[in-house]
Amino acid sequence: MSDAPISRRTLLAGAAVGASGLLLEKLPATSPQPSPATIVPQDPSAVPGGPTTPLSARSPFENPSRTPTGVITGPAYSPIHELSGTITPSDLVFERHHAGVALIDPKRYKLLVHGLVDEPMTFTLDDLYRFPSVSRVHFLECSGNGRNGYRNPKPELTPQMIDGLTSNGEWTGVPLATLLRDVGVKRSASWILAEGGDASKLSRSIPIEKAMDDAILAYAFNGEPLRPAHGYPVRLFLPGYEANTCIKWLRRIKLVDQPNMSRDETAKYTDPLPGGKARQFSFVMDAKSIITRPAYPTRIARGWLEISGLAWSGRGKIARVDVSTDGGKTWTVAELQAPVLTKAHTRFRLPWEWNGKPTTLMSRAIDETGYVQPTLAAFEAGRGPGTDFHFNHIRTWAVRGDGTVVYEATT
Amino acid sequence: MKHARVLAALCLVVTIGACRGREAVLEQQASTATAQPAPSVPQHFQIGRVATAEEVRAWNIDVNSSGDGLPAGHGTYAAGATVFARQCAVCHGTQGEGLGTFPRLIGGPKNAFNFASDPTIPKTIGNYWPYATTVYDYIHRAMPLSAPGSLTTDQVYSVVAFLLAENGIIDKATVVDAHLLPRIQMPARPHFVTDDRKGGPVFR
Repeated sequence: MSDAPISRRTLLAGAAVGASGLLLEKLPATSPQPSPATIVPQDPSAVPGGPTTPLSARSPFENPSRTPTGVITGPAYSPIHELSGTITPSDLVFERHHAGVALIDPKRYKLLVHGLVDEPMTFTLDDLYRFPSVSRVHFLECSGNGRNGYRNPKPELTPQMIDGLTSNGEWTGVPLATLLRDVGVKRSASWILAEGGDASKLSRSIPIEKAMDDAILAYAFNGEPLRPAHGYPVRLFLPGYEANTCIKWLRRIKLVDQPNMSRDETAKYTDPLPGGKARQFSFVMDAKSIITRPAYPTRIARGWLEISGLAWSGRGKIARVDVSTDGGKTWTVAELQAPVLTKAHTRFRLPWEWNGKPTTLMSRAIDETGYVQPTLAAFEAGRGPGTDFHFNHIRTWAVRGDGTVVYEATT
Repeated sequence: MKHARVLAALCLVVTIGACRGREAVLEQQASTATAQPAPSVPQHFQIGRVATAEEVRAWNIDVNSSGDGLPAGHGTYAAGATVFARQCAVCHGTQGEGLGTFPRLIGGPKNAFNFASDPTIPKTIGNYWPYATTVYDYIHRAMPLSAPGSLTTDQVYSVVAFLLAENGIIDKATVVDAHLLPRIQMPARPHFVTDDRKGGPVFR
């Protein structure tokens, strides 16, 4: 399984401790901190507060974190059930690396553009800053997102562990089309090969149509330079495409006339289908949604509460999200947070009065192409139990009589 | 009294004048708040510089399924077995069976391509990789995980020979080189189809 974590310790020690990457999941993400109660004054209105600081820390009462951590070839899930609205804070954006987090000196950074071009060119980071830039809000999602919920379902799955490999925010950079026009692309170029400058040198072939459409050479996220874990100083960002194509630490773009058939577009990131087939170049993340509140490990009380979650589609805007509070028998149209942006997380909300009886909660996203998020049964029929990526079936939460909410993978 | 009137009139004139001056400034402000539209961008910004041949050579490492990019050199099963035992077996197992979270490379059922119906079937080079050239490209760019790029060209070709022979794709006497690799028909190749979905109401 390609998203299985491999820790540095595992790597150095070799296979004798091959499972230790998994064990790390059980360790706390951060060292113990003093209890907030010990540092909070009895009456905060009676004493001056603390001084200004260079960086804002979170309230000591809040400790959202990615998990698992400590791996160099594996995922760290974003705590989507602890987030509000649509924007993911930079330090909580999910991670998935193939050979650890590369650390790159921006002064030594160089992007090479070559192949079927007028002349091979290199660009420094300062060069890229000189081009006209754009800022756009989009989601970024690992194509393996949802694997836990489909392959290893259990009641105690949080939204984080089901769908935490998606994040959303404002990407700033140079439209790739601007740069390619500047370089001069030969007519015979039909694909680009994008390659990272990390130890995995991850490479993916991208159709030239996408490169010329909305692709961005991104150097900033949520107003600041990319974090190293997300490709500093420059990554390729392809709105709506599976995240492994959004090459981090981008060092090379080669204009070519055929897809490369690299490992990560053949042996990995392809979708086995019933009937003895495997689907290749399934770039676009199809419409999906998940209720993030209420969800495990929340326990709800009888009365009014808000059902809230995220919906998104790699093919455009979310047109509608339906919520069912009776296991899919009836559906209600949820309110969508405005503005609804294309290829972006869309927050949906629905007030609900729980009567104290066991029931089942579901959400169903519909995008502007008319695509309807499939039921689990439809997904299983269409892809089979062994399919590897793009798990976008309807997510279901069972509300038990005691108010506990658990993940349910059978409907 | 007369003086007072004159003074009052003067004040009025001054005040009106002052008012007119302020209005004029504001009017002028409004009327002059115009700007040129942004210039249309040129096709070439004259940013960046031409890459040297050496810069291109240093990073131009990809090998495609047509074999473009494969270097001169060759590899043998015997040499590959030695390199594999020393460099690869620690993670992938001495038989390429995979250890812990490190993937299996060798074996797996080859005849039925029914990965969708059974998640327990291992995907190996022998039963799932559609192109032999990819084995060279990937090992050369990314393996071994602790020291990518440390193998010589012939060592990479040899590990490819070892892996292809152990998977029953070629025999152990076959020498692997740039001529051979793109001509190898991998068993998985006919099973791969390109995504042709465009959205819309039908789930596939």
